[in-house]
Amino acid sequence: MSEEKKFFTRMGDGSIVYMTEAEIKDDIRAGVMDAADRGKIAPLTEDEMNHIYDIVTMPGGIVGVDPKDAIVTSNDSGSDKISTKCSIPVDRSINAMIHERVLGADSVDIGYSDYNYKTVKGVAKREAGVLKRALSYTTMPLFYGAMPNLGFYTKPDGPVDNWAVLLPEGKIKEAMAAQEEAVDHAVRDIVFVAEQMYDAGADGFMLDTSGAAGDADFLVSLKATELIKEKFPDMGVEIGMAGEFVLGMHGRLKYNDVRLAGLYPHQQVKLVEQAGASIFGAVVNTNCNMSFPWNIARVCTFIKACSEVATIPVHANAGMGVCAIPMCENLPADIVSRADKCLIEICKIDGL
Amino acid sequence: MRLQIAKKMRINEAKQYVADKLGLTIEEICDVVTMSEVREDRGFGLGNFEPNAEANIGMEAKFRIAEALDIKINSVERFKERAGLK
Repeated sequence: MSEEKKFFTRMGDGSIVYMTEAEIKDDIRAGVMDAADRGKIAPLTEDEMNHIYDIVTMPGGIVGVDPKDAIVTSNDSGSDKISTKCSIPVDRSINAMIHERVLGADSVDIGYSDYNYKTVKGVAKREAGVLKRALSYTTMPLFYGAMPNLGFYTKPDGPVDNWAVLLPEGKIKEAMAAQEEAVDHAVRDIVFVAEQMYDAGADGFMLDTSGAAGDADFLVSLKATELIKEKFPDMGVEIGMAGEFVLGMHGRLKYNDVRLAGLYPHQQVKLVEQAGASIFGAVVNTNCNMSFPWNIARVCTFIKACSEVATIPVHANAGMGVCAIPMCENLPADIVSRADKCLIEICKIDGL
Repeated sequence: MRLQIAKKMRINEAKQYVADKLGLTIEEICDVVTMSEVREDRGFGLGNFEPNAEANIGMEAKFRIAEALDIKINSVERFKERAGLK
């Protein structure tokens, strides 16, 4: 008896695995059901699951979409990647030109190598100089970007008590108060930086990896966006998330009467819209121990639900370790292109 | 991308808006050959820059894009302020 045909695919850590048709279809269904159960959202249809199977098993290294279905790209710390990741010493304004004229990017953000607003505040006017130089030479839209990174506001580097120390000591009220105080500091810093970037001519302002320190971190992005849009209505804001689920490090924080802890992408996007942001960067975590078919099916279930309820553009964050992209530095184009095709054709995303 | 940032348009609406403003079809605005010619003819800027003296790129291209798409581009507005053009 001949051995059943197996298809090349990868695990969530990028390692190669060969799977049969039945194994792939079982993993797709399990991924869909996991997302539907966690997010309390509708599962994908049979046709959509079959379409994922077709894309996973499609011949060829790189797959693509119909040219008319092409979407646009935004990114985080994009203008610093060539310098920091590849160690090629290029000024960030030149980096932006390379992204535009060599790599064909639709936009890029100027970001400091220490990519957080607390650090940037001290050098914001100089950062605005880099942005202004880049804006003079490039045609595509440019963002200024960084992370709210609320953890940086804790002692000994920051002004407030460290809630990660207070919580294990049982000092719950103190930990909650520390986070609330940190929110005020972070919002103030972000709005200060936004003002410098608006004056330099920024097209957009990026709040990247929002929620990394939990619900208070996400609240910072929402509150800062509200203030930025009030002061500079012509400058768009993109809020990109840190993970699929807002961690309840505080647990009781609300925005417009909605508790932030525990929100999934289809719920996060509604608050992002209310805050006034132009673009929502949705995230679903990659599970390294599961296959690509499992991961991408789970991703598509979450992102489809998000895209369906959104009234603003949704950019799926498809970088290392998120949205079914493997958790490895050198990303395999076979999986990246398949993940992108699934996100565009099934989830109807607006950008990557 | 500019329509997403400036007007919060979703991708299909944004493509239709650009196509209508430029008098093109969706297929044409997604086609690299067609758009290279359009961008060159209308001075919207291209990846390739030669011949330099006749090429538009950066700020001069953004002036033309803002007018063609009927949108405000922040860097163009700031440039006009600094240059005493408004």
